[in-house]
Amino acid sequence: MNNLRGIYTIWYRDLLRFWHDKMRLIGSLTFPLLFLFIFGSGLSARMGLLGPGIDFTRFIFPGIIGMTVLMSSFMAGVSVVWDREFGFLKEVLVAPISRTCVAVGKTLGAATVALLQGMLILLFAPLIGVSFSMWTVLALLPLMFLLAASMGSFGILLATRIRTMEAFQAVMQMLMFPMVFLSGAFFPVQGLPTWMNILVKLNPATYGIDPIRQVALGTQADSPFSLILFGHTMSIWDDVMILALFGLVTTVLAIWSFSNQE
Amino acid sequence: MSDYIIEVENLVKRFGGLVAVDDISFKVKVGEIFGFLGPNGAGKTTTINILCTLLRPTSGRALINGFDAVRQQSQVRQSIGLVFQDPSLDERLSGLQNLRFHAMVYNMPASVREQRIEQFLQMMQLWDKRHNEVRTYSGGMKRRLELARGLLHHPKVLFLDEPTLGLDPQTRHRIWEYILKLRQQEDTTIFLTTHDMDEANKANRIAIIDYGKIIAMDSPEKLKKMVGKDIISVKTDDDKRAAKEIELRYQIEVRHDSSGLTFEIADGEQFLPDFIKEFSHKILSVNLRCSSLDDVFLKLTGREIREEEVRDTLKAMVRQHGRRMRR
Ligand SMILES: Nc1ncnc2c1ncn2[C@@H]1O[C@H](COP(=O)(O)OP(=O)(O)OP(=O)(O)O)[C@@H](O)[C@H]1O
Ligand SMILES: [Mg+2]
Repeated sequence: MNNLRGIYTIWYRDLLRFWHDKMRLIGSLTFPLLFLFIFGSGLSARMGLLGPGIDFTRFIFPGIIGMTVLMSSFMAGVSVVWDREFGFLKEVLVAPISRTCVAVGKTLGAATVALLQGMLILLFAPLIGVSFSMWTVLALLPLMFLLAASMGSFGILLATRIRTMEAFQAVMQMLMFPMVFLSGAFFPVQGLPTWMNILVKLNPATYGIDPIRQVALGTQADSPFSLILFGHTMSIWDDVMILALFGLVTTVLAIWSFSNQE
Repeated sequence: MSDYIIEVENLVKRFGGLVAVDDISFKVKVGEIFGFLGPNGAGKTTTINILCTLLRPTSGRALINGFDAVRQQSQVRQSIGLVFQDPSLDERLSGLQNLRFHAMVYNMPASVREQRIEQFLQMMQLWDKRHNEVRTYSGGMKRRLELARGLLHHPKVLFLDEPTLGLDPQTRHRIWEYILKLRQQEDTTIFLTTHDMDEANKANRIAIIDYGKIIAMDSPEKLKKMVGKDIISVKTDDDKRAAKEIELRYQIEVRHDSSGLTFEIADGEQFLPDFIKEFSHKILSVNLRCSSLDDVFLKLTGREIREEEVRDTLKAMVRQHGRRMRR
């Protein structure tokens, strides 16, 4: 009970801060929307159909939702570094709530904020001529949340070990963009050069984007967009298992790292 | 359980080659006000950080409320409240939200929570600003909010790291009144660090700390008795020769520095008229005062605490400025 309250308090503060900071919200939506409308419309006309009834804009839309969720949650680790620099982390670390609560609360806070941002992008679906059924949306949300939570705990894990804002920013740039670009958010992951194929399959984000796309496009196993690992076509459940495993490992590491810091 | 609520034994903290806390031991009784007095970098904050579980000691042991600060961290955290020396508020939240966060993580019962938060905001004269973001507060207002937060949950042991730095005298007075009342009602133990002599005088016992070592520990009155005498400062037209004359005539030690001559004398008021009459050098100014904790520190280390205080203020200013620049 005490633990739940601790987690809730940490989570609630992150949400309050997000609410206070409307600029951040606008800023974080511009990038994905630019991608969607400019990149999407620019290339769509030329590329024709990528699959049955699926043009480029429709294809990248789930990718962009995934990208938004991924970037937002991964970047949320910045709040730990920020709190350290402004001293608030001390208030949290001497409080009578376990470090596990702090790490879990932070991860859930990051995931919730990222989910909200992803949902806002989802609202733009009609503008690009995509309509989702209620069921599709309900199926998308938990997948987006899983991606957000696992990337959130990864970002927080890194943040517990990084002391300055500048260093955190540098690490983010080094990891985040490769993760986004090598996740299949912007292109189908079949028939890639070998080196790229290896990187894409090693990238945990790949297993977050693929199920979102499968649900959004309603594709079948023989679709040209399927993710194939060791000759096996990944189902939504396969992806979820891998991503959840990754999230579990990073959460455990983040808890451990939080508990052992000075 | 023992009578002591804080027990520290042979505590050492090294940062690389630097020994910030150098083998200190002390005990604090329940309900005592215990003060650390020492210049910048003496190791006061480092000691507090170890006692409140933020830092691990290199060696030695610290018990708070009977719990080990390394092995029983969560019980220690249950027992304490802190007012940090450095800012530690969430500047993006309002004053009220900062206090609510604190009340929630410290599991204050909902019935007490809102009422006590209001009481503190009123006392610190922040009630009207409770919905404003903390970053819009003045330095003193932020300090008051930090104090309100540290006291909010009525901890068993309260650590105050230079608590009233930068506050005006009335506010200082009000806060101390509350702290003393809290101590009376709830037997709160207070661990205080300060450079302020007034504040140090409020302590039941003071440990004077320098370069990580405790060099004296006693009640303020007893410490002052170490100097024991009145202090006379004189400025003359020729300090060097004047110093010789005083030393020869009265057989006492005279300190000579840029601000003039100082020496201790048992009964200053009797001494002064004769001294002025008999003295052969021209006297530019004379000052007589009772010994203070400053003088105790000076006597023990040969340095003044106050010299450092100026630097401290500067440091605080630079820190504030740096933060603003970054934003
Ligand atoms: N994290 C750290 N890493 C390295 N050195 C440190 C660290 N924290 C403190 N020190 C050093 O330890 C010594 C003691 O510092 P501390 O902050 O305890 O002093 P203090 O007595 O609180 O001084 P002040 O009156 O300025 O607050 C200083 O020399 C300081 O530079
Ligand atoms: Mg200090």
